[in-house]
Amino acid sequence: MFIILKAKEEGVTRLFNEKLQFWGYRRPDGRVGVRNHVLILPTITCATQTAQRVTELVSGTVTFIHQHGCAQVGTDYDQTARTYAGLGMNPNVYGVIVLGLGCETHQAHRIGDEIAKCGKSVETVSIQEHGGTLQTIAEVAKIAVKMVQDASLVQRELCDFSELIVGTECGGSDACSGLSANPAVGRTSDMLVEQGGTAILAETTELIGAEHLLANRAANDTVAKKAYAVIKMMENRSIQMGVDIRTGNPSPGNIEGGLSSLEEKSLGAATKSGTTRLEEVIDYAERPTKKGLVWMDTPGHDIEQLTGMVAGGAQIVLFTSGRGTPTGSPIAPVIKISTNTPMFERMNENMDLDAGTIVDGKETVGEVGGRIMKEIQAVANGKLTKAEILKQHDFGIWRIGPTF
Amino acid sequence: MSEYKTLFLNERDSVAVALSNIPAGAEVTVKAEGIEKTIRILEPIRFGHKFAVRAIPQGDDIIKYGEVIGAAIAPIDAGEHVHVHNLEGKRGRGDKIVQ
Repeated sequence: MFIILKAKEEGVTRLFNEKLQFWGYRRPDGRVGVRNHVLILPTITCATQTAQRVTELVSGTVTFIHQHGCAQVGTDYDQTARTYAGLGMNPNVYGVIVLGLGCETHQAHRIGDEIAKCGKSVETVSIQEHGGTLQTIAEVAKIAVKMVQDASLVQRELCDFSELIVGTECGGSDACSGLSANPAVGRTSDMLVEQGGTAILAETTELIGAEHLLANRAANDTVAKKAYAVIKMMENRSIQMGVDIRTGNPSPGNIEGGLSSLEEKSLGAATKSGTTRLEEVIDYAERPTKKGLVWMDTPGHDIEQLTGMVAGGAQIVLFTSGRGTPTGSPIAPVIKISTNTPMFERMNENMDLDAGTIVDGKETVGEVGGRIMKEIQAVANGKLTKAEILKQHDFGIWRIGPTF
Repeated sequence: MSEYKTLFLNERDSVAVALSNIPAGAEVTVKAEGIEKTIRILEPIRFGHKFAVRAIPQGDDIIKYGEVIGAAIAPIDAGEHVHVHNLEGKRGRGDKIVQ
């Protein structure tokens, strides 16, 4: 086996006894991608259908459908803008065609200018300026053809795991989540940190009741205070609405699976964070400034947190599920890990790895954690995940204000 | 010897998890960190669901992973199913705020 669990070698404890590398795409800003997409980025809902048509015409392009980009103000405007720009800047993206309608609040050229700061190829097109849907499709498709061909000329180079930001999340949790797949992802997170990489913990809602355990691991007092602060803000949202948070979380599927309260779900979810020091707590869709374990403040909503982590620069996401889910991202491969073997078999076209072996006593948490590390390496080298093969291009922004 | 798989995570815990469907009347043994208890299961417990490993008075905290996962809203006997009908979360309870 390639794992030495807590084996002391001259006083050094190593979880993974080899230095891991992968073949990545180096971008002008120095970051490394594991995919080489051309992104058609619609900044406004009105442009999403046009963007979709282009992806049907031009191979190598991706996009996403959404309902945002207009009549947004203040911090809600900023958060959506940061998410768009972050997705464009994600190193899995070679180049971006930013597509606007023309009159929206999230102006395509402003988002385009922000993305262009990282040095990659960016073009901006507006439907109103190009005389309607059909002319715009032609214009965007022409630019895309050239961009995809240019992208195909980028040679992969050997990179260290320290260049990776890996997002972690759980969705459709059951009582096994906190016993098998989440602790295994926690072990992977520890291994990644040991290799010098970054692991993102998210889902603030699903850390309510476990915040003290994370705050105790904070790098300093400021980080510990922010951990308590983001939990309090999330909890206060339900209190201000006068509702029991359990009416939304845990979900009916969680309860069916045996989870009785948000605290119980949280304690299981928190095991994804492993055991390393919590280096910082960052805002939604923000890029980590530190390596190691980082907590991004996101809701528990699977797609909103996935989008936030990818906008923050995650090249790969680990997603554990007990109930099963098709979730994927247009930009980052999502490796889905089942918490129990019956679901892995039942939804095999959606699930990449099985951690149910831990519940059955066939593998240890450390062994599955090591298997997940090897899968990260394979996927970074180009192995397609089930969600990529099934074109599961989910997208959702955590909106923090009303639409006006 | 118990033929039903269970998981008892921490010696402080008041509940254990069934790792197979357990029928009413079954005797199961749960183990954690040197302690071992045999419990008679009072009602069918499905895979992934919890049962009490000791009597829990109404209002007491319910412990799993060595941490609080909620409070008992009814007296719970050892071997009883512990779920949303007798356990209530304590966090994010905007419904409990009197305006």
